Amino acid sequence: MRNLIYLLVLLVPCSVFAKQPLAQSRVHEYMLDNGLKLLVKEDHRAPVVVSQVWYKVGSSYEHDGITGISHVLEHMMFKGTDKVKPGDFSKLIKEQGGRDNAFTGRDYTAYFQILEKSRLPISLELEADRMRNLTLPPEEFTKEVEVVKEERRMRTEDDPRALTYEQFNAVAYTNNPYKHPIIGWMNDLDNLNVDDLRKWYTHWYAPNNATIVIAGDVEPHTVYEQVKKYFGQIPKSDVPTLKPRIEADQIGPRRVTVRAPAQVPYIMLGYKVPVLRTAKEEWEPYALEMLASVLSASRSSRFSKVLVREKQIATDADSGYSMDSLHNEMLLVDATPAPGKSVAEVEQALREQLDRLKTEKVSEEELTRIKAQVIANDVYQKDSVFYQAMSIGMLETVGVGWQKADEYLDKIRAVTAEQVQQVANKYLLDDSLVVAVLEPQSDAKRPQHNPAITIPPGH
Amino acid sequence: MLKNNKTILIFLFVIIAAVIYALSGEKTADQSDITEQGLTIQSWTGKEGNKVFYVPAPQLPMVDVRVVFDAGSARDGDKAGLASMTNLLLDHGAGDWNTDQIVERFDEVGAQFSTAALRDMAVLNLRTLTDAAWLKQSLDTLRTILQTPRFDEKELQREQQRVLVALRNQQESPSDIAELNFYEAVYSKQPYAIPPLGTKESVEAFTRDDVVNFYKQYYVARNAIVVIVGAVDRMQAEAMAEDLMAGLDGGQVAEALPEVQELTDATTIKNQHPSTQTHIWVGQPGITRTDPDYLPLYVGNHILGGSGFGSRVVTQIREDRGLAYSSYTYFSPMRRKGPFIMGLQTKNAQAEQALDVLMQTVKQFIADGPTDEEIVSAKNNITGGFALNLDSNKDITEYVAMIGFYGLPLDYLKTFNDRVNAVTREQIDDAFKRRVHPDKMVTVMVGDFDAKK
Repeated sequence: MRNLIYLLVLLVPCSVFAKQPLAQSRVHEYMLDNGLKLLVKEDHRAPVVVSQVWYKVGSSYEHDGITGISHVLEHMMFKGTDKVKPGDFSKLIKEQGGRDNAFTGRDYTAYFQILEKSRLPISLELEADRMRNLTLPPEEFTKEVEVVKEERRMRTEDDPRALTYEQFNAVAYTNNPYKHPIIGWMNDLDNLNVDDLRKWYTHWYAPNNATIVIAGDVEPHTVYEQVKKYFGQIPKSDVPTLKPRIEADQIGPRRVTVRAPAQVPYIMLGYKVPVLRTAKEEWEPYALEMLASVLSASRSSRFSKVLVREKQIATDADSGYSMDSLHNEMLLVDATPAPGKSVAEVEQALREQLDRLKTEKVSEEELTRIKAQVIANDVYQKDSVFYQAMSIGMLETVGVGWQKADEYLDKIRAVTAEQVQQVANKYLLDDSLVVAVLEPQSDAKRPQHNPAITIPPGH
Repeated sequence: MLKNNKTILIFLFVIIAAVIYALSGEKTADQSDITEQGLTIQSWTGKEGNKVFYVPAPQLPMVDVRVVFDAGSARDGDKAGLASMTNLLLDHGAGDWNTDQIVERFDEVGAQFSTAALRDMAVLNLRTLTDAAWLKQSLDTLRTILQTPRFDEKELQREQQRVLVALRNQQESPSDIAELNFYEAVYSKQPYAIPPLGTKESVEAFTRDDVVNFYKQYYVARNAIVVIVGAVDRMQAEAMAEDLMAGLDGGQVAEALPEVQELTDATTIKNQHPSTQTHIWVGQPGITRTDPDYLPLYVGNHILGGSGFGSRVVTQIREDRGLAYSSYTYFSPMRRKGPFIMGLQTKNAQAEQALDVLMQTVKQFIADGPTDEEIVSAKNNITGGFALNLDSNKDITEYVAMIGFYGLPLDYLKTFNDRVNAVTREQIDDAFKRRVHPDKMVTVMVGDFDAKK
């Protein structure tokens, strides 16, 4: 379920509840002369506005040696411009009762503020300023790159499953940039410098490489005038053309073992599949999404029902697929063995479930159930203004266009059992399989249940 | 799960934000069409003795129903994890339906159902569309789960195995270990010390009778509140709540938990773990939900380390020194005194230095108090963000459940900004001096102390 929700969260479709007035809210699109795109989505339930600036840059734009640079730059975007001192960006937003943050993905870097609606101009002024006027002070960089390394230690180094996922990607891809972690390899972070960042910033941070998404209790044309006021003067620049870097064909299964201090084994399987932007057959990504949902959209799905409850071979099993990536993706499956079951047995059981998708058609009952969830999620997602903005920002930034959000519901509802079987047979191939296994290492220094030492206060 | 936390790196304080806004829970706001002053909560007592809290939200064709029992892990007694096991088994077979049928009944109508057991609360959450037939199927299923759970032996056995794996998984995570060690040390032998998931020994020992008895004692109407937020009118809400509670025993309100004992000495716990970072948790018993010092401590903590960038701890630890990605302080108010927690994680070699900076920062804050400028900023942030915190039905449900469960006044949110604005520098200074004692705190460090990097 978590996967499905995650996927759907990124794809807010139009509502089937057309009688509901709110469902009529649509996206207003504007383009400034300097190439900056503006998308406005009204939601008048609360006097709040969400403002997001999306840049077409992320870890998949990076090359060997500078991995993680997009994310480090995202951190440095809070470290001052000619007008705003380091750290003051967030203080100024806080002073207005707002919240702000940012996130970096493989295919995008985005900055956002959430504010009481009348305060939108403050956020626009600050974002326009840091689109071009970042100072990148070396002394701030020196500290901040250490913060990022701590972040990497926290998220990856000390999390055995995250380490496994990182190794999985490193083995799954050969020449495609998805092989690199978003946060970057530690050695690349060690060797990054402020000049690298300056170049990266100059290349990618331009109005013609950005999309602004404003959602909430706003009037579209007024927002357009405000955005024009603050961003309209920023000149267009020459943004580099991204090389396609299409992944070389995989010509046999790949396996990687991760030995890390862990307690519980874990397995991940993946197959390379197309996404909205790359699919030759437009229906295929939707069929793949349906396929992943049949496996693990919720607790009534096959993994939970058969593997967790009936056979009790796994304590958890999940699948995931994101159709809104820039490059071809992986259809992922992961599981935790139940006590007494080996990783090999779990792999066997997972693959039996995948094979079943190839040989048997999915039942109408299962399809109907998933479609009901999709219809309902479409309504639930409207409860979050932030995610409404996020879904259109992401689709726009990966180049498929925000309009895909409106098509989602109909396309998913159109998926047939035959199509699910077709994509299973076409893509779940042994030759393009990637497997990663976490082998827990019983370490002499393994964690203890009870506190080890009690010493007198040292401070 | 596979990808949520890996394809996106949320830059600043995911953890802090969750902590500030979910645990300390000081979100206040209104929905524009409800009233400009704040959320109007309607409340009544059902025939079975349960309280009901209702907020109409007609804009989206959906409704959130949350049922909360005073049946969290603080009620486990000597069977750690029993509250959690009982809560999670509720939907594993009930009435005429087995687990498969129950989950299918929810999924067929696109309903989202989940349960959770925290230290104070045991929660059942339902989010469903208001289409009449779909709503009925969701509510019928929820009612059956609430009123006639089966607690089949084989379901118990399987879930025991799954919890045992989850417990081992916790032992992979230095922050999970630190949290468990922290609660155990701060609340030694008291209800909040109990690990909510239990221990290997306690979970293995559960019998069906344990679960059934726990259910019978605590899942009773007088020990419950029902929260309804969504596109249903008052009459529908009354009927829904009545229907959910009608088949439950009236029972009794759970007996009062004992008062929390204050710490008398400082304790440091070092727990060896093969990680690259040391996770540090420092703290003590803090405040109750209805604590008279709540607001001064809340506003003060906002300045100390409760609001990310610009707060003193984040400035000292992260912005000035680059020592940690996440650093924070917060009060987690509960029925009895929930903890005051300060935390960070840093590479092993820097652990002592970071701890030192953290302690110096809190000591100085207590000694000098906040500046007038800091107080103005904090109040601007808290009150200026009034509208942000209740801008979704999800948030409203969360707040109303908190208000209902802890018996806070129904106008709590409406008056919140005024009460924040009334907090003085002297009150903050006084409350921190009286209530926060760095010389009597528990310090937990989980990391690799042999690392020489």
